[in-house]
Amino acid sequence: MTKKILIVDDEPNIVISLEFLMKKEGFSVAVASDGDEALTKVASFAPDLILLDVMMPKKSGFEVCEALRADPANAGLLIVMLTAKGRDTEVAKGLAIGADAYITKPFSTKDLVARVKTMLGIV
Amino acid sequence: MKAKHRLIVAVIVLGLLMTGPFVVTSLLVWLDMKEAERTMLTELLLSRLPVGTMMTLFGFVLGVGVLHKLFKQYVEGLLRMAETLRLMLGANRNFRVTIEGPPEVQQLAQAANDLAEQRDVLMDDVDAQIATAKASVEEEKNRLAALMSELAQAVVVCNLDGRILLYNNRARLQFKALSQGPTSVAGGALIGLGRSIFSILEKSQVDHAEEVIRQRLSSGKTPISNFITTTRGGQLLRAQMVPVLAASGEEGEAAMSGYVLTVENITRSIEEEERRDQALHSLTQGSRSSIANIRAAVANLLDYPDMEPELRERFLRVIDDEVAKRSQVIDQTMSQFSDAIKTRWPLEDILGIDIVAAAQRRIDDKLKLPTKTEEIDDALWIKADSFSLVFALVSLASKLQDHYEPRELRFRLTSAGKLAYLDLIWAGPAMSSETFYTWEMESMQIGSESSPLSLRDVIDRHGGEIWYEREKAAHRAFFRFVLPVAVPEIESEPDERSRGKGRPEYYDFDLFKFEDKTIDLDRKLSDLTYTVFDTETTGLEPSNGDEIIQIGAARIVNNRLLRQETFNQIVDPECPLKPESIPIHGITEDMVRGKPNIDVILPAFHEFCEDTVLIAHNAAFDMRFLQLKEERTGIRFTQPVLDTLLLSAVVHPNQESHKLDVILERLGITIGTRHNALEDALATGEVFLKLVKLLEDKGIVTVRQALEAAEKTYFARVKY
Repeated sequence: MTKKILIVDDEPNIVISLEFLMKKEGFSVAVASDGDEALTKVASFAPDLILLDVMMPKKSGFEVCEALRADPANAGLLIVMLTAKGRDTEVAKGLAIGADAYITKPFSTKDLVARVKTMLGIV
Repeated sequence: MKAKHRLIVAVIVLGLLMTGPFVVTSLLVWLDMKEAERTMLTELLLSRLPVGTMMTLFGFVLGVGVLHKLFKQYVEGLLRMAETLRLMLGANRNFRVTIEGPPEVQQLAQAANDLAEQRDVLMDDVDAQIATAKASVEEEKNRLAALMSELAQAVVVCNLDGRILLYNNRARLQFKALSQGPTSVAGGALIGLGRSIFSILEKSQVDHAEEVIRQRLSSGKTPISNFITTTRGGQLLRAQMVPVLAASGEEGEAAMSGYVLTVENITRSIEEEERRDQALHSLTQGSRSSIANIRAAVANLLDYPDMEPELRERFLRVIDDEVAKRSQVIDQTMSQFSDAIKTRWPLEDILGIDIVAAAQRRIDDKLKLPTKTEEIDDALWIKADSFSLVFALVSLASKLQDHYEPRELRFRLTSAGKLAYLDLIWAGPAMSSETFYTWEMESMQIGSESSPLSLRDVIDRHGGEIWYEREKAAHRAFFRFVLPVAVPEIESEPDERSRGKGRPEYYDFDLFKFEDKTIDLDRKLSDLTYTVFDTETTGLEPSNGDEIIQIGAARIVNNRLLRQETFNQIVDPECPLKPESIPIHGITEDMVRGKPNIDVILPAFHEFCEDTVLIAHNAAFDMRFLQLKEERTGIRFTQPVLDTLLLSAVVHPNQESHKLDVILERLGITIGTRHNALEDALATGEVFLKLVKLLEDKGIVTVRQALEAAEKTYFARVKY
């Protein structure tokens, strides 16, 4: 069964690359451009993994992450935070509030794909 | 018993002594005799009685004479001497006992005079010592005050109540710059002798710093404490506190009697730091997203070369778009934060013209080369390390002199936006850019003086640039120094020193003993803090629409009139001035228009008067004007008010006039101009200080007594 990935980012310039990449890798992909939309999409699309940007209008990635983790129904959802905030303190925060991985921008697309596959147990 | 009475008693005793034994003997013999013997004796005696009586009388007179003489010499003489001695003891130190009378008395007088002589020598000596000590203490005080007033840091000394005992000019200017709202109208009334520092700094923070110092004192550490506080206007102040320790004779730790605060406004440097952070942030974190976008797009293009042309086009657009955005961000950052990114070498704000003048002096002095100035922007402030900059200019001049022997050099100072151009101009042949390049890199030299820095170092230190440029048409060339323009933080006041006489009264160490701020009516008149004020008005009838057009006030602290701490404000009455009143107060329509109105001024004045007793001449008049504004402004002047007119009437009840001019003349006070609110307030202050002494002679010492006495005077009963 194809794994489902939700991409959450307000910048179309990264969304286009990620969407293309993940589709090429054989995932089923959905996109949300802000925090609120992300929460709805999680409910409707039921992704296995979410690529979540931290800095977004309305709800920040941190808030979305916290909201998702507050609901036990999403316990199995994998959360990968993608962010331009590269400071140690922010990495620590991301992991502390329940992100499974924290990747700072810019990143290598190869590494990202490898990371996503490992997390989803596809080798 | 009086001396005279004692003389009479002595005479009686003498009489009794001379006649008594004879009379008693005769009586005893008479009683013992027979009848025949008595007859015989009577006969015998009666015939010789006149001789006996004569002899006795003679003896008596002689005795009285001797007695009188002795009395004169010993008793009266000594009494006189006692009076003279009293006089010497009190009223007239130079009086001496006249040496007269019997030898014993003379000796006594001599001894008394000798003692007096000795005492005078001692007293003169003590007086001289006191005078010297006083003079040296005064000198020390003045030296300290002078030192403080010239310091570039803001210094404020307070007692433990937070009352300001001393502040320097810098502190005054700094806090004046800080004051916002109503106080800025008054010219920064916040700082002043005897005022509370807590109107400027947060009390809890000052208390905490004080506590830290006490702890450090008791644990033997260096007693110092730092804190950063925000003012009401949102400015950031860094304050450092060190204690003033009372000199105590006992062993152990000295008690803290006050503290010294050095205050620095760090708003600017903090802002600069923040801007630098922002710049850094926008260059790092801001780049991450962009580069991530580009990187992902590039990776896709590379990894999937066989994608559809449409998609390829989209990825290329992403890259193009992001690169364009990034370039823009970099440009923006550079222009916005150029100041912040520049070198951190401490530069001072200095007038460009001062740099030019200094360079001219040194060139003339060291190189004997004439210099001139061309276009000079004399109001241009630059950020510079003046020493190294002047050194660079002079060393360049020296090099020019060695290589091209110009007849004269010229300076030009202009500005373009945030940049200042300082040009060193000379006429002569063209120089190669290689030459100038070596000049730039060589360490600088003026004659035998050399600097470890090169011209380039100096330029870098200023975050500036330098280049060589030819003005072909004029057959001359110049070096252009490009330097950052500064906005001076605090501008000095040119009229600063002209106001008042002598040294500014920025200090009053006697306030160390100052206690409790609330006005206690039973305190001595000479101990309280006062605000003397006067108003100029459009006319004499406040209830008929006349308005205040000027308020002038000064403070009296510790029996001194502080000419530096004044309130002087013209007020827009929002109604036309009466032409006939203009010659009296000298305030014209032009002067009042555009000035703040009473709604703005009254709160500022109220703050200026805080915690003080008000004084005015014919206070009822001025108070009436203030009271009529109570409803409109909500400002109430509730403190006690003393009226110099009434107090003058208390002191001189029999004088006809108590007009200010007449009182000034009567009390021997000469002042310059009058009928300007501030000048009149100052005159009233002088009058009050004289009246305090005169009231004391009448037994009126406290404020309460003064108020009561004023109320009782005839004038008080004449209602305004």
